[in-house]
Amino acid sequence: MELLITNGIVYDPINQISGEKVDIFIKDGKIVSGVKNPKTIDAGGRIVMPGGVDMHTHIAGGKMNVGRMLRPEDGRRGIESKKKLTRACTGYSVPNTFATGYRYAKMGYTTTFEPAMPPLLARHTHEEFRDIPLVDKGAIPLLDNHWLILEYVKSGDMDKLAAYIAWMMNATKGYGIKIVNAGGGEAWGWGKNVRNLDEMVPNFDVTPAEIIHGLAEANERLNLPHSIHIHCNNLGHPGNCDTTLATFDLVKDVTSNNRQVMHATHAQFHSYGGSTWADMYSKADAIASYVNSHDHVTVDPGQVMFGDTTTMTADGPMEHELHMMSKRKWTNKDVELETGSGIIPVFYSRKVSINTIQWAIGLELVLLIKSPWKTAITTDHPNGAPFTRYPEIISLLMSKKRREEALKGVHSAINKRAILSSIDRELNWADIAIMTRASPAKILGLDKHGKGHLGIGADADISIYDISPEEDDPRKIQSALSNAKYTIKGGEIVVKDGEIVAVPEGRTYWVNPEFDGDVTKAMLEDLAVKFKDYYSVSLANYPVQDAYVPHPIEIKTRCKNAS
Amino acid sequence: MIITDVLCPFCGDLCDDIIVEVEGNKIIEVKEACETGMSKMMGHERIAAPMIRENGKLVKTTYETAITKAAEILTNSLRPLMYGWGSTTCEADKKGIELAEELGAIVDNTTSVCHAPSILALQDVGLPSCTLGQIKNRADLIIYWGSNQAEAHPRHMSKYTSFTKGFFTKEGRKGKYVMVFDIRKTTTAEVANEFVQILPGEDYRVLSALRAILAGAGDVVPFSVGGVPKGKLIEIVDRMKNSKFGVLFFGMGLTHSRGKPYNVANAISLVRDLNAHTKFAVIPMRGHYNVLGFNQVCTWSTGFAFAVDFARGQPWYNPGETSTVDVLNRGECDSALIVASDPAAHFPRKSVEHLARIPLIQIDPYASLTTELADVVLPAAIAGIEVEGTAYRMDGVPLRLRKLIEPVHLSDEEILSRILSKVREIRGD
Ligand SMILES: [Zn+2]
Repeated sequence: MELLITNGIVYDPINQISGEKVDIFIKDGKIVSGVKNPKTIDAGGRIVMPGGVDMHTHIAGGKMNVGRMLRPEDGRRGIESKKKLTRACTGYSVPNTFATGYRYAKMGYTTTFEPAMPPLLARHTHEEFRDIPLVDKGAIPLLDNHWLILEYVKSGDMDKLAAYIAWMMNATKGYGIKIVNAGGGEAWGWGKNVRNLDEMVPNFDVTPAEIIHGLAEANERLNLPHSIHIHCNNLGHPGNCDTTLATFDLVKDVTSNNRQVMHATHAQFHSYGGSTWADMYSKADAIASYVNSHDHVTVDPGQVMFGDTTTMTADGPMEHELHMMSKRKWTNKDVELETGSGIIPVFYSRKVSINTIQWAIGLELVLLIKSPWKTAITTDHPNGAPFTRYPEIISLLMSKKRREEALKGVHSAINKRAILSSIDRELNWADIAIMTRASPAKILGLDKHGKGHLGIGADADISIYDISPEEDDPRKIQSALSNAKYTIKGGEIVVKDGEIVAVPEGRTYWVNPEFDGDVTKAMLEDLAVKFKDYYSVSLANYPVQDAYVPHPIEIKTRCKNAS
Repeated sequence: MIITDVLCPFCGDLCDDIIVEVEGNKIIEVKEACETGMSKMMGHERIAAPMIRENGKLVKTTYETAITKAAEILTNSLRPLMYGWGSTTCEADKKGIELAEELGAIVDNTTSVCHAPSILALQDVGLPSCTLGQIKNRADLIIYWGSNQAEAHPRHMSKYTSFTKGFFTKEGRKGKYVMVFDIRKTTTAEVANEFVQILPGEDYRVLSALRAILAGAGDVVPFSVGGVPKGKLIEIVDRMKNSKFGVLFFGMGLTHSRGKPYNVANAISLVRDLNAHTKFAVIPMRGHYNVLGFNQVCTWSTGFAFAVDFARGQPWYNPGETSTVDVLNRGECDSALIVASDPAAHFPRKSVEHLARIPLIQIDPYASLTTELADVVLPAAIAGIEVEGTAYRMDGVPLRLRKLIEPVHLSDEEILSRILSKVREIRGD
């Protein structure tokens, strides 16, 4: 099928197009230079962008599903009936799989990455992916608390470390390396945690700093499209800004191919000053200033929005701390040899000082980081808020007036312990196109695989919003972004006037790094021992079978020379 | 031909180390499995062909005819019930839930009559838990409460708990303390370090006493609770607090004695509270090998784990109202589709009587008491023997069942998929 989009005001930052009237031609799911007999969409002066890319959203797998099971009260909040084309929907912060696909597509998003896949439960993540229609997906396996990785980092065996990571990408059909509270997950196996980057992980004689550095090096050696993706140690602790900055500094010496070497996710939860909850304050300026003066780190905010949501993370000890504070219902799930997770419901209140400061910090980070290419818009769905709050967040970032209105109704701590009210910057549509499309695609390394832009050969994933670039009413902006005029996925119109009109299945991106055969053989001997003696499943049944990834996009990489 | 690393489609332990020898499309030997698993895998008499009841007798027919009849029954009913899913693949569960949504049916699985109290308790207080390998490698205190897994999960102790060695448990059985809480001395209790006998129906009180002592409010605990002396209760709490990694497994003895979900919530709360002192986990001993798989699929596709009513065109979850036995006892449903389960053998009499009154469709490899009530019988291939697919172990680890021999019959998934097409055809979609 051929399509022509005409009369659109196009924002395609990767191709340096910023609010220009450009025709877009589509054929066989890709952007092409011309078409013969297209169906024409007259965009009528509306905004046209590449499809949205969410680089960090917990949408699928064991953790999200326990979240749904834990919270039928949340399930009941988002009930929508089955329609001719669409399945029934439930949930607000823990939506069912179908709702997840539909709601992203309605906002003009076409690519979503699940950033915390426990390797042993990878099959579950991919099973849910199959039931999330419309969007393309990828999942990043959790590797930093893995016994074999701790052992290789400790012994300095960088060859086997890389070989093992390469094997894991295949076994989990994974995309990159996720680090969550490095070393803390293993300590949590004994109900403990690690508190700073140089504290030894119990029984493994290795520090978080060594783990993070080792994984960053292995990541670059394998030439993975994405950098290490890190949830820093000490999440949510007053004063954790120091740990965060020290973590950034750890990988300064690591070199990469033309992109960051570390993506620090949900930085809002890691930008706190103070020493207790009573004096906790925003250090967004310190984090932003580091990012502004260094090119090896990118961040996303993990924006908190007021209201009820569900927190879920592989940071088991942190969720237990939240439980000890709030006493709300709590689940924990340690995964043998590998990782863990916890879940707890949360209500972010504008009348609570801490929540108000958290809300401010996310916005501050995005506004204070000068280059939009160093950040991306996220809520760490559903931790800060459900992804469906993006349009509202964007309207706040684009309008100082809307921020001033919002500031009126919040806890007064915002005046002394945050800096939001002093920031005048208003993002423009080009910034938004970067932060919700081009930048997350680039940070993930997907720009080279047809995502985040509209150049010739790119995937024809496009959103058209019912708004002109001149419109500056933040409520109109929010409304237009909530219900795309059109969402086009792989050249097919899937949303028209905010309604789902087609439901193709999405594809799954995974990385297949090539690595030295002899090292891999030696590594597999170590791994076989782990399975024989310690895992509760056999090695033969561990890797995710092809049946679970029916529409794979395999990205092959070649590793750099052996060390 | 020898096939290794085979998964056993019997209990919630989902052992994946079975060795099977196949000759001429027949399994001739099964090694490593428990006796029940072995006999299940060796196979026994199957339903030979699709059947329809005519003048009171089941008469052989073709799949086409039986599937059409099934689709007609379901399309013509106002309140169909789709129950079972104890022993089939997640792929079949997915198709079943899609069919239920299309029909506006109630869809529910065997959880409804076994671990429903565990899910209700999870919704109430949460669930600090872990995978079975975590226990193998770390646990030094193992508690079974109202669970006689020596019979229900025969290899549980040798694979994951008492009789295994792991990374931090190199001493094996010697370094572990095993306790059994039950109302009678079970075979599990015989191999434990300690058996704590509780008076029938007193689990809730005993758990409350343990929690009170743990919270430092031991002074409110009387000198004996549920048949257990106070001194013993204090000793138990000390042992729990002083363990390095403790785990509490519970079974039907807890979920189905007086108090039901409240017992479970109390047990989970005890474990939760213990996490302020040491590391502790709790795991429900799920029965059938993939009963949890249905809960998983149902949760991600409808938002709710079981007992989902689609009559409103959207998922409505209200156990006690939308759970199978309640629907049957109210005489509310006017047809039933039973997949991979035998409610006629296990349900209360009143429920079975209603099942007998309404048109009933059965999908199963084997004839059972439910077959006696069925109006349409659709024989199915055996998941994990003749069909590949996904199953979730009791701790949520998903594994892929193998296909060992060629099936004679259609798979559950295929049958359900054909019924769904037929339903859509009848409705003119
Ligand atoms: Zn996250």
